[in-house]
Amino acid sequence: MKPKQIKDHTGILSSIFAIVLGLIVGLIILFLCNPKQALPGFATILSGAFTHGAKGVGQVFYYATPIILTGLSVGFAFKTGLFNIGTPGQFIMGGFGAVYVGILWTSLGPAHWIVALLASVILGAVWGLVPGLLKAYFNVNEVIASIMMNYIGMYLVNWIVKSYKPLFNNLRNESRNVAATANIPKMGLDKIFPGSSVNGGILIAILTVIVIWLLLNKTTFGYELKAVGFNRDASKYAGINEKKSIILSMVIAGAIAGLAGGLLYLAGTGKHIEIKDVLASEGFTGISVALLGLSNPIGVLFSGIFIAYLTAGGFYLQLFEFSTEIIDIIVAVIIYFSAFALMVKIILSKIHKQKGEKAEAAKEGGTKS
Amino acid sequence: MSVVYFIFQQTMYFMIPLMIVALGAMFSERSGIINIALEGIMTMGAFTGILFIHFTGGSMNGQFQLIVAVLISMVTGMVFSLFHAYASINMKSNQVISGTALNMFAPAFAIFVARVIQGVQQVQFNNTFRITSVPFLGKIPFFGPLLFQNAYITTYIGIAIFLLSTIVLYKTRFGLRLRSCGEHPQAADSAGINVYRMQYAGVMISGALGGLGGLVFVVPTSTNFNADVAGYGFLALAVLIFGQWKPVNIMLASLFFGLMKAIASAYSGIPFLSSLGIPSYFYKMVPYIITLIVLIFTSRNSQAPKAEGIPYDKGQR
Repeated sequence: MKPKQIKDHTGILSSIFAIVLGLIVGLIILFLCNPKQALPGFATILSGAFTHGAKGVGQVFYYATPIILTGLSVGFAFKTGLFNIGTPGQFIMGGFGAVYVGILWTSLGPAHWIVALLASVILGAVWGLVPGLLKAYFNVNEVIASIMMNYIGMYLVNWIVKSYKPLFNNLRNESRNVAATANIPKMGLDKIFPGSSVNGGILIAILTVIVIWLLLNKTTFGYELKAVGFNRDASKYAGINEKKSIILSMVIAGAIAGLAGGLLYLAGTGKHIEIKDVLASEGFTGISVALLGLSNPIGVLFSGIFIAYLTAGGFYLQLFEFSTEIIDIIVAVIIYFSAFALMVKIILSKIHKQKGEKAEAAKEGGTKS
Repeated sequence: MSVVYFIFQQTMYFMIPLMIVALGAMFSERSGIINIALEGIMTMGAFTGILFIHFTGGSMNGQFQLIVAVLISMVTGMVFSLFHAYASINMKSNQVISGTALNMFAPAFAIFVARVIQGVQQVQFNNTFRITSVPFLGKIPFFGPLLFQNAYITTYIGIAIFLLSTIVLYKTRFGLRLRSCGEHPQAADSAGINVYRMQYAGVMISGALGGLGGLVFVVPTSTNFNADVAGYGFLALAVLIFGQWKPVNIMLASLFFGLMKAIASAYSGIPFLSSLGIPSYFYKMVPYIITLIVLIFTSRNSQAPKAEGIPYDKGQR
């Protein structure tokens, strides 16, 4: 019983340890830049999201929507023993699918946005399928294959959007607006959080989180995926089709990241695919979200909201003449320290052991005398 | 003929940084530490180097200034890579995670500091470093225009690094020990080699060369630095794998990638290619697609260091 309990606590403890250290480093940097403004600036990071009340909270959920899903994508792959660094590529492919359907297939009526989201899921899945196939059949490291797919996806999307007239807004060098029917309905959230950009996307994201949690923890299929992640050869020996598991893991991870792209570009907030040769940052943020959430779907949900919360607070930093990049610095430091999880675990269990030994020694001493 | 020279000179601008960074990464991976933080290290190295050039612009001889900037970039990269070394060697953390953190940190830090120092995130600099023609050598027929005209001193530094790292890796005791740590650290340790020290050396070499590569990439291709190196760190990783962790192959792989990049950026000026009508995006994608294909054929008997990515734990000997 006991060792299991320790394990559960250390995971969360090391995340908190990382968050605290990240915030301290952020504070130090603020102090080095401008000692007078540092404390109010730091307070803004922590509470800025609430500046506009319900609208601010709505904005947090809006920012959280895509990164919860990219985080879920990375976290799900982690659980099945794969490192999906291909989220930027899957994300932009998904976004492209949604934008393509959103602009061109205008005769679908009320089902338009659903079909557009399906397109994003499918394209994301295809972009996950390739590294999955390469890993399963040719033993290609999925990290390298995914990095290659990121750039191929980015250039491909830019190429198609730029060269296909109906998609391309020449004046602003980005994709055109999607049809109004392709925007995700508000699903009543605009009444709870008036004035914010939040929409039904956050509900879809939460639903996806729950589905993935159920899949991983309550189904045989999920168990098989995790088993292959732990030990590919042993699972094969136990009769699991390990190639199929690897491929499906990557396909599902890609589909989730694709959905993230779809939800962002169909949010109806003026987001367009910009023709820049830069990988989608939402994809990389997903890695942070997953690591901070310990790859657990529920944990990912909270860490996604947490990072969105910091980002929202960071916007107000400009009032203090600090640039918003401080948030990225803090998140990077948090990730860096969360990589120390193993060491934290060892140290904690050592402390625990010492305590136990002391208690035992005291007990023994007590009985002897 | 002038087209050939032009393409070759352009290729060098792209190839040299790729080769330098990939050779650096080779030392890290050969010692057993995966270094995915190349992109971040390049960004940091380029940032400090360019910042130096920005503030000392015009106050000293161009070539001397560039050499000082090179040293600054190398030191920055080395210091920055220490974070990765500490996390992956001392703290035994997942090397990909720590590398990802460094990649996220670098551009944010560069933008933040640039804004604090000078208000805007782009760091401008004057490019006074181009050597129109190297005295004497530039006049040699064929090789003169090919190698010694419109060149940068960093090109020759890059070639020197290539020769040096080939010798160090295969002909010195240090190289042998480094390689043994990447293949079988337990055996290396029992033979009296300090594995941790070797791995620190590997990561720090990759940091120094990564930082240098960042500067070498930015100087010929731009006149301002905007906190990114256009994915060259990841491309260098591809070069490393394409080159199967061997110096000569890495040189050839970076030559190929550099050629593709040069064509993508300059194809409209080349009559033969612009008449084909293939858009630049195609040439931009090709290196990545080819890497994927090469991976398919080479992964079965990959030359990757055997102990790569596994934290070395003395207790498990």
